[in-house]
Amino acid sequence: MATTFTMRVFRGGPEAGDFKEYRVEGGEGMVVLDVIHRIQATQAQDLACRWNCKAGKCGSCSAEINGKPRLMCMTRMDTFKEGEPISVAPIRTFPIIRDLVTDMREFFDKWARAQGQFKGARTKADDFERVVPESPERKAVDAGIECIGCAVCYSACHVVAANPAYLGPAALNRAWTLVKDTRETKNPERLRAVAGDAGCHACHTHMDCTERCPKRLSPTAAIAGLKRATARAALKGDL
Amino acid sequence: MSRWVAHLHRLSGIALSLFLPLHFWALGNALQLDSFLAWTEQPLVKLGEWAIVLALAAHLGGGLRVLAIEFLDWHEWQKSLAAVAAAVTLAVGLAFALAL
Amino acid sequence: MIQTTLWLAQRVTAAVLAVCVFVHLATIIYAVQGGLTAAEILGRTRGNAAWLAFYSVFVVAAAIHAPIGLRPVLGEWLRWRGPSRELALGLFAMILLFLGMRAVLAVFA
Repeated sequence: MATTFTMRVFRGGPEAGDFKEYRVEGGEGMVVLDVIHRIQATQAQDLACRWNCKAGKCGSCSAEINGKPRLMCMTRMDTFKEGEPISVAPIRTFPIIRDLVTDMREFFDKWARAQGQFKGARTKADDFERVVPESPERKAVDAGIECIGCAVCYSACHVVAANPAYLGPAALNRAWTLVKDTRETKNPERLRAVAGDAGCHACHTHMDCTERCPKRLSPTAAIAGLKRATARAALKGDL
Repeated sequence: MSRWVAHLHRLSGIALSLFLPLHFWALGNALQLDSFLAWTEQPLVKLGEWAIVLALAAHLGGGLRVLAIEFLDWHEWQKSLAAVAAAVTLAVGLAFALAL
Repeated sequence: MIQTTLWLAQRVTAAVLAVCVFVHLATIIYAVQGGLTAAEILGRTRGNAAWLAFYSVFVVAAAIHAPIGLRPVLGEWLRWRGPSRELALGLFAMILLFLGMRAVLAVFA
């Protein structure tokens, strides 16, 4: 059962660009990424697009589909109204490199600035550190650990747009999973890194991040946790 | 939904910030309170009073939502707090409209 | 550190204000019944130490809460950041405190 999809795909670079219309023969079960690939194969071999696993695990194929940031591989074509044109654009908040590919360095820089790297106390020579799966701390980590770094939350966030220094939901969510990790050694430093106008205190609980996350995580909850943790540290004089 | 409640929360906060100094100033002139009270009988002023109460209810509703999300552990029902905040706002607005 | 303190002050005063606002709204809706005159109002409020204390707390909480609330609005919508913003907000807090306590004393003292 073949349908024709009408796609409006952004073509262009950092200086200029526009939406170009493509009509694509489609089939059952196709996702937006399939359609983009078909355009690349049959109509526009120079259409630039990032992708990898096509299974919602690598976080590479984020795009703005009908104005909403999503993963192209997890957006089924049959969720759209038949006959209606579908727009595919690069996610906002990042400079455009070409077509659907953006420069995401700032996203990962902020990840690092939020102290998003694990630092434990043990080495390969030591015995394993025991982490209790059912403990409230580990449950808090588990709730946010599946982040694939797709930046959908970051591009959905209004504060990111209004506050260029804001670390953003993904970086803060990662920081929270480390704050709750009982093996972590750098948490006093981490809390200092995530407090302030560029950190968790800039979040206004709009919850666009939680609404759009393809992995159904809740950065809002993680950021709320950071607010509590930083307040507790401040009251104890540890911040 | 959360985004709209958050915007309303911010706008109502700004409105209240502008209103509050005027409110304090008028009350501080208590000796001239009767002439002020006479002025408040005008329909436009009554509408303004109702708008202020609505702003207060909206801000309170939105604020309680923020407090619930920030201080309680995460629960799925917290996503619905936006709807609750909106409902409370409307309820208070209605109550005050009826009392006017 | 500062922003964490501001955040905490904002949330604490929010909780205080939530209570104060409920009491205030209930009182006003009750008081508005059957018309208002200055004599009626001031007759009930003048010399009332309990209400004086209550509204003093209300004013102080509002004078802290409002400027901290406006801070991100100025930063995000007007791109106003830095010491001048903090100064302006501090001034606003003082204005609210002054006008507020003036009103409290006029009505309740």
